[in-house]
Amino acid sequence: MIRIFIINIIRFFLLVLFQVLFLKNFSLYNLAIPWFYILFILLLPLQTSNFLLFLLSFLLGLSVDMFFNSPGLNAAACTAMAFCRILLIRIITPRDGYESTVEPGIRSMGLRWFLMYSSVLILVHHLVLFNLEIFRSQEFLLSSIKAISSAVFTLFLVILSQYIFSKRRT
Amino acid sequence: MRNLWLFILRNNAFFLFIIFESAAVMLLIKHNRYQQASVINSANQVAGVIYSKADQVSSYLELGSVNDSLVMENARLRTRLENAFVGKDTTKVTVIDSVQHQQYTYITAKVVNNTVIYRNNYLTLNRGAADGVKSGMGVMGPKGVAGIINDVSEHFSTAYSVLHKDVRISVKLDSSDNIGSLAWHGMNPLLASMEDVPTHVRVSKGEKLVTTGFSLFPEGTPVGTVIDVNRGGTKSFLEIDVELATRFQQLQYVYIVVDQFREEQQLLEDKLETP
Repeated sequence: MIRIFIINIIRFFLLVLFQVLFLKNFSLYNLAIPWFYILFILLLPLQTSNFLLFLLSFLLGLSVDMFFNSPGLNAAACTAMAFCRILLIRIITPRDGYESTVEPGIRSMGLRWFLMYSSVLILVHHLVLFNLEIFRSQEFLLSSIKAISSAVFTLFLVILSQYIFSKRRT
Repeated sequence: MRNLWLFILRNNAFFLFIIFESAAVMLLIKHNRYQQASVINSANQVAGVIYSKADQVSSYLELGSVNDSLVMENARLRTRLENAFVGKDTTKVTVIDSVQHQQYTYITAKVVNNTVIYRNNYLTLNRGAADGVKSGMGVMGPKGVAGIINDVSEHFSTAYSVLHKDVRISVKLDSSDNIGSLAWHGMNPLLASMEDVPTHVRVSKGEKLVTTGFSLFPEGTPVGTVIDVNRGGTKSFLEIDVELATRFQQLQYVYIVVDQFREEQQLLEDKLETP
């Protein structure tokens, strides 16, 4: 339990720093911008209490906002993502539930499950983020296109990181 | 009452979502509307220090091009020095010119953080209130207009880049003095557009765009070059594409423009609104 706690704290700071120092100004033709830090929310254990999930997502978004001069923007997107995570997990949980400490991941849940789970959540986060950033109806189409292409990019990085970092199931 | 509690507990995810989401949106709206000092921006100590450390590493790689641009700028300024001109008559008189007051002074600053790919981009500069920077001052790069100071802390300040949805700069065509405003529509950090120019104005490609005296910058500061002009169908304004003079991807050093008369002007103009 303590181990999971510490791993998540470290992951929080590493992902924020990675986003801010390496992925800042990183884009494909100004069209796809990776927001890789949300991997933290994806990987929180399935039995995390709702309050903790919201609190951590909010704080994660806020600490990224601090570096991008957009107070509330990433926090709003992360909170929306956390809400969707709760709904999504409620829908796709098998009747007898999961092990209490299980961490969502390709190794533990399988590729199909994880692909579905992460693509939905990443898409929600990006759509909220890109549209809230501009908040103008005449640019809705452009920002949604940007959001979708960025979501594909982020999803790619998330899947890649799963294969590189997650431990094989024993 | 008990039923209400049960209802809230059962749907706690939804209510927690409402609470956190409205907190986030409130922060966002407050930031957009009042542009006031808030703790959550990169002018604060944590973000400012992390950015300037990271910048120390990355700026090393760009020393060459920075040197080049500084040398070019020096050369340009040297040609305007008094001793670069030859007097036409041989007698030399020093005139203490009391006709002209200095209106603009400049504070040099290093860009410690800069983004170009987002819809709203910001610069973080390593000068703050201790150096005399105030919110609302203009920021110039070596080649032209770069942004407007947004928020100031003790040793850092954040500025809206020209590449921001809310930044509009009063500009005019260099040759014909027709005014308009410069706005950026996302996508390409090299291109912006000049708006509010009526269709009867003749604009040619390659024409220079400079700031007007209404902006925060000295009149005639370069902004960009016209690269394309469209009639824009039935609209009554031209669509003018502008290549920005400032290369935002390579921005390393900037000048913060201090207008000595701004407060006086502001004071006078404020009287107009409250008769």
